[in-house]
Amino acid sequence: MLTIDRYQARRIITEYCDVDAPQTIVDDVIAPALEAIGDGWEQGTYSLAQVYMAGRICEELADDLLPPATSSGHSGPRVAIGVLDDYHMLGKRMVRAILHGAAIDAIDYGRCEAWELASRAQNDDIDILMISTLMLPAALAVEDVRRALTAEGIRPWLVVGGAPFRLDPDLYHRVGADRMGTSASDAIRIVRELEGALPDR
Amino acid sequence: MNADTMTPMERVTTALGHREPDRVPLFLLNNLHGARESGLSPREYFSDPIRVARTQVALQKRHQHDCLYAFFYAAIEVEALGGEVCFVEEGPPNAGTPLLRDPEDIERLEGPNANTNPVLKRVLSAIAEMRRRVGETVPIIGVVMSPFSLPVMQLGFEAYLLTIFERPDSFWELVQRNREFCVHWANAQIDAGATAICYFDPVSSPTIMPAEHYAKIGGHIARTTLARIRGPVATHMASGITAPIAEAIADTGTVALGVGDADDLGALKACIGERVTLIGNLNGLRLVHQEAGEITRNVQRAVAAAGPGGGFILADNHGELPWQVTDEQLAVLREAVTIHGHYPLAGARTDHDG
Repeated sequence: MLTIDRYQARRIITEYCDVDAPQTIVDDVIAPALEAIGDGWEQGTYSLAQVYMAGRICEELADDLLPPATSSGHSGPRVAIGVLDDYHMLGKRMVRAILHGAAIDAIDYGRCEAWELASRAQNDDIDILMISTLMLPAALAVEDVRRALTAEGIRPWLVVGGAPFRLDPDLYHRVGADRMGTSASDAIRIVRELEGALPDR
Repeated sequence: MNADTMTPMERVTTALGHREPDRVPLFLLNNLHGARESGLSPREYFSDPIRVARTQVALQKRHQHDCLYAFFYAAIEVEALGGEVCFVEEGPPNAGTPLLRDPEDIERLEGPNANTNPVLKRVLSAIAEMRRRVGETVPIIGVVMSPFSLPVMQLGFEAYLLTIFERPDSFWELVQRNREFCVHWANAQIDAGATAICYFDPVSSPTIMPAEHYAKIGGHIARTTLARIRGPVATHMASGITAPIAEAIADTGTVALGVGDADDLGALKACIGERVTLIGNLNGLRLVHQEAGEITRNVQRAVAAAGPGGGFILADNHGELPWQVTDEQLAVLREAVTIHGHYPLAGARTDHDG
């Protein structure tokens, strides 16, 4: 995946893994590989291009391996993701691809304003609301999302990511988010962590 | 009392010559602050080049920093090409819906003439007015997006990554067209009065692209572009890391490099400091909520790491101070430079220390 060779990735899966146990491949091979690549990006070893292309390759592999019912039938928390006040969707696209590669579906809210994200989260009974940002004003507007969620009477886990949060690691606290992902593959770890914490929320 | 004895131009050129000026030069890359200072939205503020020039000169005098920054906003080149720009109230405008949708669009792409395009003419007018107001006492920094990084705004990031890896012919066609525009746009700014050009190239950073690709792609494009720009060029990767490709960047012909705060300033100084002036690396986003003590410590750290011997300009690490950084914080920053940035630097080793 680091050499962005989707054919080789597919060959390794089909030759060395038990394709009759697709969920095991996703859990034991694909998801850990994505997390390792994400860790490498955080450490400066790998690039965003490699994280993105690995996410796409894994998304395709998961589509091929998992039957549609399994792919969309994840019984964990209800997850949604949106982009706040921005037209650049790469971060959201990467997170969705990586979650999909790990057999976790996230509802795509596209580009929204704060009130819209909150309203849709309320309607969809969302447990984990992920927000991708590119610019500082959008990151600061996460505070508006938290206020709007409170006004809707709900408190889903609010998970944020994007350059402003990565460059200022304390920022997510200040805008009222619960977690921050520093790479797209952090989304897998965060969803699994919050999944366990949901009943106590 | 540490008094300045050089003009900003003398200070900066001395530092670029890898000698110690009277103090470490300070670049406040405060293009957005001009709008705040004027009490206008960025859209209104950047619509009037004379106002931009007047305000930037006033801010330079107030903070006594060492450049005039002729940067309007990153998406201005896309706007000049006919693309959409989305303005916000208290931040930089961003590129909207991608301008290029398919490979045929790339083949039709024509860079505008900077001297007649109404969008780019505003920048040239601002540069000319700045030069008229300050003469040769303050360097004026023009800005271009690199031919390799501009497509993020032309195509959208995702489509661009796919173009790089899956449609190399379209990718190189786009780079070639962008390179012609980039050279023309940079030279137009030099002709209008810019002292130097900042070449923003964040996509070349190993944060975005694998470091091993730099020599063949980003570095190759930079070498062939910078060679045709008729003035000094500073390369800036807008907070992206540079260390893994630092020596290759130094080989592109750049005279300076903007350094992100994830890079080790001292290690970069040791690696390429004799060839390239380092610019950075205060974290502008963290500056938004920093108090005086922390601002001062960060100035001390950066000056100690890269100041000795010259070849260093203190600045933020992204190439654009956030709107939310206050005048009071900038005053603290400037004061810290007065206290800790005068040569000879306190505690610095020199060749005579043995």
